[in-house]
Amino acid sequence: MSEETYDWVRLLQENRDDVLARWTEIVRGSLAGRMSATESSHDLREVLDALLAGQGSTDVRSPSYDGLRSLLAELSRTRARQGFTPTETAVSVFALKEAVLGLLQASGDLRGYRAFADLSGLVDELGLFMVETYSATRETVIAEQAESLLELSTPVVKLWDGIVALPLVGTLDSARTQVVMEALLQALVDTGSEHAIIDITGVAAVDTQVAQHLLKTVQAARLLGAECIISGIRPQIAQTVVALGIEFGDIQTKANLSDAMLLALRRSGLDVVKSGRGRG
Amino acid sequence: MDRVPILRIGDVLLVSIQVDLQDDIALALQDDLSQRIVDTGAKGVLIDISALEIVDSFVGRMISTTAAVSRVLDAETVVVGMQPAVAITLVELGLTLSGVRTALDVDRGLAILAGRESGVVAEADDDDQLDD
Repeated sequence: MSEETYDWVRLLQENRDDVLARWTEIVRGSLAGRMSATESSHDLREVLDALLAGQGSTDVRSPSYDGLRSLLAELSRTRARQGFTPTETAVSVFALKEAVLGLLQASGDLRGYRAFADLSGLVDELGLFMVETYSATRETVIAEQAESLLELSTPVVKLWDGIVALPLVGTLDSARTQVVMEALLQALVDTGSEHAIIDITGVAAVDTQVAQHLLKTVQAARLLGAECIISGIRPQIAQTVVALGIEFGDIQTKANLSDAMLLALRRSGLDVVKSGRGRG
Repeated sequence: MDRVPILRIGDVLLVSIQVDLQDDIALALQDDLSQRIVDTGAKGVLIDISALEIVDSFVGRMISTTAAVSRVLDAETVVVGMQPAVAITLVELGLTLSGVRTALDVDRGLAILAGRESGVVAEADDDDQLDD
């Protein structure tokens, strides 16, 4: 065992520069010039040194590969953030096999092929490790984007003194409704508004769950001492709501925002009249 | 034991809850309040809960009960200054305080009691008509 594993370490050590040159070339070819020669050569030399520091162990999780793992994790994270594909990321490691194989073919050293088999297994595991880190990073990026989208999509706008509106766009799920509800209630308290208009023109579909969320928001607003009007109900949505048997109870609904605005104004004791010019 | 002070403003009783509402304090408040309504002949009760960060189901029910008791004694209850987080909690608990009027602050609560403004829970059907 130690004899064989010693072999691939020695194989790499003896041909270090040759392997590195072949490796760098293959990796650069696959990245199609998106990374400079010195940059990739520098990265790969570090990876190769860390690999040799493992003393020929074939267990990727062993402590002797700590340095190598953190190096590859960092590399995967950078690639993921830069928008490289998983293949392009993993090929950095897998290309080592090709480089060594090319070397063996050139030298015709049969003894090296047995050592290569061990190296091959190790490289496969390292490649998988890279892909794992890559996808974990990608998921983090997606989660961050979803969160910022959540914050962006809940603007509470003031329409008039004492009247705020919440235009909802997209799909309403539990997490989003929670954010929406909190934003609206906070705005009601901060501005001292007694009327809120929830406009659902941009909501793709209303099912029982979405309706439930809307009702809860309205009830919470009532507890604060504010009244909600739901506006922007499109014909298809009105039909769905009736078909599903959803009861909005005593909550006022309006077809569009302007009707809702007018109702809110009247409830605040204001009226809209034509100016003197119109009366002639 | 702490007691919640009940202040009289004209024919309105103002209860401002500034302490953490323990169960025994809440029960004492209910007793005191009904006694004061009878003694003063108050027509309205304002319960200011703006300082309350946490409301559990017991306190929620106690507010409902107090409102019901006041109504029997011919005094209307308005709960004012509820925090958004508290409102969300009550809705999640299924306590919508039906029959209790609410207002954003004491000023608006007084206005409701003075009859200058239509309350939120009041039957506002007439106001809802856009075309008449």
